[in-house]
Amino acid sequence: MTDWLTRNAVFVITLAKIGLVLFVLLTAVAYLVWVERKLIAHIQSRWGPYRVGPHGLLQPLADGLKFLFKEDIFFPHATSRFVYLLAPFLAVTLGLMAIAVIPFGSGKFELLGTQTGLYIADINVGLLYILAVTSLTVYSVALAGWASNSKYPLLGGLRSAAQMVSYEIALTLSVVGVLLLAGTLSLRELVEAQQGHWGGLLPRWFIFPQFVAFLCFFISGVAETQRLPFDLPEAETELVAGFHTEYSSLKFAMFFMAEYAHMITASLLVTLLFLGGWLSPFPAGEFWAFTRYLPAAVAAGLAVVFLQDSFHHQPLSHRVLVILVGLALAGVAWGLFTGPALLELVQGPFWLLAKAAIFLFIFIWTRATLPRFRYDQLMAFGWKFLVPLAVLNIMVTSFVVAWGAD
Amino acid sequence: MPDPLLPPPLRSESMTLNLGPQHPSTHGVLRLVLELDGETILRATPDIGYLHTGIEKNAEKLFYSQVIPLTDRIDYVAPLSNNLVYCLAVEKLLQLEVPPRAQWIRVLLTELTRINNHLVWLGTCALEIGAMSIFLYCFREREEILKVFEAVSGQRMMCSYFRIGGLAGPIPLDFHHQLDLLLKILPERFDEYEELLSQNRIWLGRTRGVGVLTPEDALAYSISGPNLRASGIAHDLRKAEPYSGYENFDFDVPVRQEGDVYARYLVRMEEMRQSVRIIHQALEGLPEGPFIANAPGIVLPDRDTMKTQMEALIFHFKLVVDGFAPPAGEVYLPIESPKGELGCYLVSDGSPRPWRMRWRGPSLLNVQVLSKLLPGHMIADAIAIIASIDFVLGEVDR
Repeated sequence: MTDWLTRNAVFVITLAKIGLVLFVLLTAVAYLVWVERKLIAHIQSRWGPYRVGPHGLLQPLADGLKFLFKEDIFFPHATSRFVYLLAPFLAVTLGLMAIAVIPFGSGKFELLGTQTGLYIADINVGLLYILAVTSLTVYSVALAGWASNSKYPLLGGLRSAAQMVSYEIALTLSVVGVLLLAGTLSLRELVEAQQGHWGGLLPRWFIFPQFVAFLCFFISGVAETQRLPFDLPEAETELVAGFHTEYSSLKFAMFFMAEYAHMITASLLVTLLFLGGWLSPFPAGEFWAFTRYLPAAVAAGLAVVFLQDSFHHQPLSHRVLVILVGLALAGVAWGLFTGPALLELVQGPFWLLAKAAIFLFIFIWTRATLPRFRYDQLMAFGWKFLVPLAVLNIMVTSFVVAWGAD
Repeated sequence: MPDPLLPPPLRSESMTLNLGPQHPSTHGVLRLVLELDGETILRATPDIGYLHTGIEKNAEKLFYSQVIPLTDRIDYVAPLSNNLVYCLAVEKLLQLEVPPRAQWIRVLLTELTRINNHLVWLGTCALEIGAMSIFLYCFREREEILKVFEAVSGQRMMCSYFRIGGLAGPIPLDFHHQLDLLLKILPERFDEYEELLSQNRIWLGRTRGVGVLTPEDALAYSISGPNLRASGIAHDLRKAEPYSGYENFDFDVPVRQEGDVYARYLVRMEEMRQSVRIIHQALEGLPEGPFIANAPGIVLPDRDTMKTQMEALIFHFKLVVDGFAPPAGEVYLPIESPKGELGCYLVSDGSPRPWRMRWRGPSLLNVQVLSKLLPGHMIADAIAIIASIDFVLGEVDR
């Protein structure tokens, strides 16, 4: 058995990693919904989910169960049953596939006698792969709109097809500046190109020389994921629910998961391309050495918050749950403080996720603040503003790069 | 003869879309039949009648005083304005003088109703354009206003607080204190909304130049209220034909020339501030005196007198059993409700029940203008225009 495992180590490890990443991603999707509901609620002076579990922490589970047990209505007038069913499947598959090439850190560890890193696949055109996969998403939305054979989904599908194709261009063009500077399409090498600090303090992240590209990329990213202010395809007050109006139960849940998975992917991608990915913002050296303990400190801090918070919860089950989470976090903190190898390994994921969390917060924040564009304004903004800006950025960057090369 | 070398022209046809009666942004059950070319609207036909309640007909079976709770339900976003117009119409029929204190409290509460109505309008309009938080902020403030209504009348929404001849009861003891707190926060909150919207590029893009209603059209469709004033015509019944003592108050009538959704938004924002001004004046100069007219046979005697004096008991009994019969005749009385000119037309045949009650609601006329405003716009604009024009289906269908 051990023999077989060692011989097929690469295969087994990859499968295990896929399983782990999918589990973490799906949990993250579920809890991102919770975070969004909670955050928006607090912005709007409400409480948000509060009843299911302490602070509504079990709400995602309840929601998931509800989706499972809802009647799975097959819309009887669908144009084609196959396409109608394919659309949500395509959405969620593509949404989850993009995560495959995201590297979570530079750390390496040995498992079953094989060296392996914190990624599922490290391919040399990782960025191209992500752009390709995410641009395929337009099929799921357009097909859902068409196959539903209903007017609101049709309008939603048309809107999103036009929107995603348009913003795809701005998105891709804005990346070119970064590519010119880094000279690679591999996400790992892109991050490695951002190592070091200017003047020993300012990290050499691409956000500083490529700020325009960063703005273009992030705005297009929001448009790609169809979030406010670009959520026209599913604009509730206009198109009821847009392309997924005729979907219920798990089929709707699939679209829902896909949207949030896209949000996470987009945030991770922005972080990798512009914010130095897993790199710590602090310079190397004795003076900053203490920052290596930040992950442990955060875990310890959270543990204290949870344990202290447990006093406020009334039903015993809630209190036990909060205490258990607090103890688990305390365990993590202890492990990190005492195990330098583990601490080294989590540096990458910690910084990557911390930076991605900033963008996830912005995603949610804009949703709570901004009104929605109109269809033609959206198109004008994409084609007349973002695309020219991205092209200008490419021109300036290539000029600077060519000048520097001489 | 078609060119044989060219491919045959593509067949294209417009799409008919039923917007409503069940749709998130039709404010109830309005049905709009839209003929679409892509997303552009070619023709819009409003279809009403899904919320018909028969209130006008029902009124013919009730005593004059029993109609008041029905009027609450006509425009359920601004119930006290409905109460007021009905009571004023009956009082005009009876030639009944209302004591000044009652008049001032009526003005105060209907101005509060105006703020309430505009808050609901702003919240839903912003929600329709995608600004979700404004909706909840507006409803947060509305809740505070409803608390005042509840303290005064015991009901949050269907107040029925006005009576023929005055008010249902005295205002609560801490009324001043409660209103002071409310008036302190409201202007700050209005600033907060304006901060989020007035300079917001997306909001400007979605509202400016959208759904322009020219002054001529506004007059031709007999549009009134904030919609008319946003089209550049400074007509306000509170100034033009003051009722219930409005001539004693100092306030401005905001006017904008553009006639688009943005102008309608600005006019309503300013109206809310002016309402706060009126409420301040009403609070400061609130006259002392009875809260209801002394009119035996029309107004119920108070409990104490009824228990101690024979005559009062007889009046009470007669009023409850037989009602009162105003002289035969007809009367039309308009007021400036939050949505526009709200008129009540009453015909009396000398019996204790109205022979006919007819309601001139601004909502119906506002819905009517949609078929004029919508064509040429996109669906998203249509939603913004529907939201900006402000109507309540209960008042449209009655």
